[in-house]
Amino acid sequence: MQSRHTTGLKLFASLGALAVSIGFAAGAVAAPIAPQDVKIVDHKIDASLTGAAGNVEAGKKWFKGRKAGNCLACHENSDMASEAFHGEIGPSLDGVAGRYSEGQLRAILVNSKAVFGGETIMPSFYRANFGHRIAKSFKDKTILSAEQVEDVVAYLKTLGE
Amino acid sequence: MELKNKATVSALGVAFAALLVPGLLAGGEALALPEGIETVKVAPTSKDHPLDEILSGWHFRSPETQALQEDDFENPAFLWVEQGEELWSTVEGAANKSCSSCHDDASETMATAGANMPKWNEALGKPVNLEQQINHCRTERMEADAWKWESTQLLAMTAYVRNQSRGEPVAVQTDGPMKPWFEKGKDIYYTRVGQLDMACSSCHEGYYGQQIRADRLSQGQTNGFPTYRFKWQKIGSLHRRFKGCMKNIRATPYKVGSDEFLALELYTAWRGQGLPVEAPAVRQ
Ligand code: HEC
Ligand code: HEC
Repeated sequence: MQSRHTTGLKLFASLGALAVSIGFAAGAVAAPIAPQDVKIVDHKIDASLTGAAGNVEAGKKWFKGRKAGNCLACHENSDMASEAFHGEIGPSLDGVAGRYSEGQLRAILVNSKAVFGGETIMPSFYRANFGHRIAKSFKDKTILSAEQVEDVVAYLKTLGE
Repeated sequence: MELKNKATVSALGVAFAALLVPGLLAGGEALALPEGIETVKVAPTSKDHPLDEILSGWHFRSPETQALQEDDFENPAFLWVEQGEELWSTVEGAANKSCSSCHDDASETMATAGANMPKWNEALGKPVNLEQQINHCRTERMEADAWKWESTQLLAMTAYVRNQSRGEPVAVQTDGPMKPWFEKGKDIYYTRVGQLDMACSSCHEGYYGQQIRADRLSQGQTNGFPTYRFKWQKIGSLHRRFKGCMKNIRATPYKVGSDEFLALELYTAWRGQGLPVEAPAVRQ
């Protein structure tokens, strides 16, 4: 009798926890906006893709990471002078926050083609399945996640004059 | 740029950095050209050519990498050339023949073949490249098994035969029955593929001479193939290189020896028309 009672209480308690976590997921922390739903207006995206601000330190990591943004492959960045090789394909990103607003930087990252035109070599980092012969392991995937885009945007905002 | 290179040398240690530091040193002393080569730069022969000047991949490499190609004794790819020379006169297959049974002295009979591939093959009704021609001879004339793509034997024979044509200007047929293959190759060259959404032209036409992280982009010329690559620690075929470039942009590559890569090989050979064959070259 005693033990059955305890079990009943435990069950009740965990159901309650479940209810709370479902409510939480649907409410406070919204899922990031899906790549196909992102709208670029006037070459900008004003709202965060995740609803939250990014993390500068994480943004640095994605900026350098060869398996992440690999931005350094194409852009020079004096803030990362300790890194061995900087690309020369795109413009230097020194002072980039002085040239573009946050919304413009986000749009450039999400879909460079929508900002620079279809001929640009710069990849679009938050678009999925738009090209030909995409390798199987990258099907349905964006190069960076919405969180990672926000992290990189937060980092780029620190590159002022 | 100069400063960055200096920083790198101290950071990575001279020996390692020596392989990576780009070759276009402003005001640097002139380097000896690869053995048997008189020029690494030619003018386009046709008005429709997309490039103003045609530059061998050698031009874009570090002085140390270039130096390894100056001298056949230093060039690590010559291990494969020597192996190819041995295989040239090795009898194999039911017909009891070797390459030399039909072709005799390679230095005479193969003096231009390596510069004119891919070439139209009437019997097959399609172009063949050097690897395919070698295997065609093996199966049809020697009655031996074809060598697998990227096998030591096929790489060795390709390197040996192409080396006989060293210094000969690349000249491929692009009209007549080759026309559709040329057009298909051109189409592949300019089609953006993969998650990174790039075409061959994005890198090799738009930005050659520029640094892309640790690599300096060349024009993607093919006159040095097969080439020895430090990254591979061995010699590799042109189609392996094509595959690598496609994988880097997260595309599903075509297969080595496929019609698509054959068409691309023809088209890229045309983009390098006039450059002397340098095979086997050395690359980073
Ligand atoms: C393969 C090359 C390549 C990669 C990788 C790349 N970019 Fe770019 N980027 C370019 C080019 C080229 C331009 C200039 C626009 C043009 O000409 O197409 C550019 C422009 C920009 C600009 C505008 C700069 C200005 O001053 O006008 C920003 C900001 C930018 N890139 C950020 C990034 C970030 C952040 C990443 C990584 C997440 C990245 N890029 C990755 C090639 C690249
Ligand atoms: C993201 C940039 C990029 C793209 C796109 C690309 N490549 Fe490359 N490719 C490179 C780099 C980097 C190298 C090594 C440095 C060099 O030789 O240019 C290279 C090397 C080569 C080489 C060897 C050149 C030599 O002299 O050794 C060939 C040939 C080549 N690429 C052909 C192609 C073809 C064909 C395509 C399209 C299917 C292609 N590449 C797409 C970056 C690229």
